[in-house]
Amino acid sequence: MIDLEKDEVLSLSPMQLDALREIGNIGAGNAATALSQIINRKIDMSVPRLNILPLSEVPEVVGGADTMVAGVYLRVFGPAPSSILFLLPRDSAFALVDMAMGRERGTTQVLNAMDESALMEIGNILSGSFLNALSYFTKMTLLPSLPALAMDMAGAILSVILIQLGQVGDYALVIETEFATEDNGVRGHFFLIPDPGSLGIILGTLGVIE
Amino acid sequence: MPELIKVGMADLKSGKNPDSIISYGLGSCVGIALYDAQTKVGGLAHIMLPDSTQARATDNHAKFADTALPVLMDEIVRLGAVKSRVTAKIAGGSQMFSFVQATDIMRIGDRNAEAVRVVLKAMSIKLLAEDTGGNYGRTVELQLDTGIFLIKTVDKGEKKL
Repeated sequence: MIDLEKDEVLSLSPMQLDALREIGNIGAGNAATALSQIINRKIDMSVPRLNILPLSEVPEVVGGADTMVAGVYLRVFGPAPSSILFLLPRDSAFALVDMAMGRERGTTQVLNAMDESALMEIGNILSGSFLNALSYFTKMTLLPSLPALAMDMAGAILSVILIQLGQVGDYALVIETEFATEDNGVRGHFFLIPDPGSLGIILGTLGVIE
Repeated sequence: MPELIKVGMADLKSGKNPDSIISYGLGSCVGIALYDAQTKVGGLAHIMLPDSTQARATDNHAKFADTALPVLMDEIVRLGAVKSRVTAKIAGGSQMFSFVQATDIMRIGDRNAEAVRVVLKAMSIKLLAEDTGGNYGRTVELQLDTGIFLIKTVDKGEKKL
């Protein structure tokens, strides 16, 4: 066990950041492939950004605390407990549901129970593919909880994970990838936020502790 | 021109008539509005956690219910508020996601709201109104000309406390 000081994210070396970025890259790649199979469309994915941000600035990543988003949230259980949050602007969530349910674009204006299940299932599949990559590199068994869905202001949804981090520090390490379909109909952000203490464990298994 | 003062997460601000103080997108956090109706001076804190004694990073006083309130009170007293006249209104403390395996951290909204009530009582500040709980986000705005605490939600409408 490695005991990192509070705000451990501020003391990460360039090599540690590279290792995390690489995991993010492969994990997000897996997730994008899975998503593209679900909606049968090509998905472009940005190179994951690794941001170390003051907690209060995290909502800016998705356009500000009052931006309307759909969020699928999962807990990750195992030796390195974490949270996964898949955030989509509301319009993107509707477009994604249209594609997944084989409807014409623009049909969905409110989510019914079936649409909500579809969104949660998509979040589930994305998280599963991401976690596969993380498990492979860290040789740890990491299992996702059932997904939960909320449609609300980004600040309110993000507060769930930011509060957990706030107990031990004032900064968040956010591994963030943007997905988009070719016609830009769907954009989303995928966040992996390790619990306090989990980051040291992940880095330890990767052999990049200094 | 009245100014719209923005308060981020784990942050607090104060001001006077005719300004307004706003905080966007509160989930499990709690917004605490303190106001002196006579001088029309007030302040808004956006706290994230109930108790600084349970946390490791306590440099930021605005983050916790127990440390934010005394700091906010000091600030508005400096702007001319009289402590014995100051009243409070609070909003937030929701549970955004419901899980079968609900843990303590999932109930943080309730614990935040309860901690705020306890600290207000300990400081003898009267709690005039509250809009807490539920499973939705809130944007809150303290209007210093009237003392109205405006709560906006996505599909639960608006409320004036």
